[in-house]
Amino acid sequence: MAVELEFEKRPKFITAITDSLVMIRRSSTHIIRNTDQLLGTFFQPIMFLVLFSAVYSGAIETGSEESYTNYLMAGLIVQTLAFGSTTTALAVANDLQRGIVDRFRSLPMNNLAVLNGHVVSDVFRNMISAAVLIIAGFVIGFRPNADLADWGLLVGLTILLTLSFSWLSAILGIVAKSIEGVQWLSFVVVFPLTFASSAFVKPELMTSWLRGFAENQPITHIVDTYRSLLLGNPLDDSWWIATLWLVGIIVVSMPVAAWLFKRKTSV
Amino acid sequence: MAKSDVVIKAKGLQKSYGKTEVLKGIDIEVKRGTMLALLGPNGAGKTTTVRILSTLLGFDKGTVTIEGHDVKHDADAVRKVIGLTGQSAAVDELLTGRENLVMMGRLYRLTKDSAKARAQELLEEFDLVKAAERPAKTYSGGMRRRLDLAVSLIATPPVIFLDEPTTGLDPRSRIAMWEIIEGLKQKGSTILLTTQYLEEADQLADQIVVIDGGKVIAKGTAKELKAKVGKDRLELTFATDSSFKAATKVLGTLVQESDPDEKTVTVVLKDTNADVRTVLDVLAKEKLKFDAMAVHKPTLDDVFLSLTGKQVKEEA
Repeated sequence: MAVELEFEKRPKFITAITDSLVMIRRSSTHIIRNTDQLLGTFFQPIMFLVLFSAVYSGAIETGSEESYTNYLMAGLIVQTLAFGSTTTALAVANDLQRGIVDRFRSLPMNNLAVLNGHVVSDVFRNMISAAVLIIAGFVIGFRPNADLADWGLLVGLTILLTLSFSWLSAILGIVAKSIEGVQWLSFVVVFPLTFASSAFVKPELMTSWLRGFAENQPITHIVDTYRSLLLGNPLDDSWWIATLWLVGIIVVSMPVAAWLFKRKTSV
Repeated sequence: MAKSDVVIKAKGLQKSYGKTEVLKGIDIEVKRGTMLALLGPNGAGKTTTVRILSTLLGFDKGTVTIEGHDVKHDADAVRKVIGLTGQSAAVDELLTGRENLVMMGRLYRLTKDSAKARAQELLEEFDLVKAAERPAKTYSGGMRRRLDLAVSLIATPPVIFLDEPTTGLDPRSRIAMWEIIEGLKQKGSTILLTTQYLEEADQLADQIVVIDGGKVIAKGTAKELKAKVGKDRLELTFATDSSFKAATKVLGTLVQESDPDEKTVTVVLKDTNADVRTVLDVLAKEKLKFDAMAVHKPTLDDVFLSLTGKQVKEEA
């Protein structure tokens, strides 16, 4: 053997972390290599932004002096992040069905690193998407009024939201029977939840039964928190309700996803 | 404790899915530095066996040890000494060849430098240097298999499982793959290979285990099995009835079978090279011209026919 091989001798909890780092690197490389993902990351948010602001800006009352573009931005960001997080579901389903998970399982590695890789790379991708959206927003008239602390909180909220939605979406990817099924399911979950919220239209303007749902569901609280931070408005109760939801989802979905993945991949 | 001479050891292996018995008591022993071929048709239980031996699948009854480690209770220790190349090449499509190799090396716990150096070495060895910086999805079938095999060798595991490494490859890629596998054997690896091709098992393996319907139906060296199966056959087709009849006459007792409708004569070859020459000499002497000539090697069908008395089942 020409090359003398050297192995790392580290305790198990350290190798669990380095395995995850290797997998994060893998999944993050996918962000640029996968053309579909690139379109989703850059083009889709801009398309939604232009369409929504052009179609609805004259038709929708924001109920204040705010322009509709300013109102819309928070909703679009949350919808884009939610869609971005479904990438984990696709990636996990893909890994399981294409057989690469079998390869990983035959290695002396920590298998959960596969999930960590996809979830964390979602955070990177969502940060890029959100930045793209905000820059494009500037071009068409979005004028935020956030100070440095607000921006910091926005970054934190984006990370929290992505971790939460991506772990949820990991579960979807594990239980899914087919990749098409994942795509379809994420569509029918994300679309109604974001539309029946304060993302694009004030819930007061909705039919009474829908309004009751829209005012109380987590997406509305999340969107309202984003909106307050972006526009420099004082935070109301939404922020802690949103945080509670997001942390709650992580606390539940992370172990569930890990358990399901272990069960699906163990002998 | 001295390392045992038997590296891969499965005893009484049984596995069912619901009521379907997939493995009905398989015994396999592979000695250090040798290659064993698991030969059988589709659905015989080859892949199930390999998945069990490589820790990917549980089983109902029996014991399996790899280098003395029990696959059920000490899977991590087993994973450190094995490399697995599956039927469907399991590489990351979006990563380049080199990235795939380095990634898997890191997951085997190689240091960064070792992983990189070993990746380069394997790219050279497997003729993938030119394609090293291209995503794996742009690779041809043969290149992908080579990358897949290279990936499983990144930490030079002493025990290698090859699950149908040449299925679906064109003849040239298949021969290239054979050379690579031959090379692994010469380096002293212990290898278990599954295949549907008798020729492949014959070319590569020291020992062959034939399985069908989840049971071992024969084992031995290629030579031993072939002795059971029969010899190569020479089939000659003639253009005219008269030449067919004349040939049947002059070849006499050499003829195993003659078919007047097709005007074909079949000769069993004990020593393929010498016997073909003898037959052709006889025909040339009588100035008999044949239309077509073919040498038929015993196939898996013949093995099955002679071992079980039935044809290879077609996969539904």
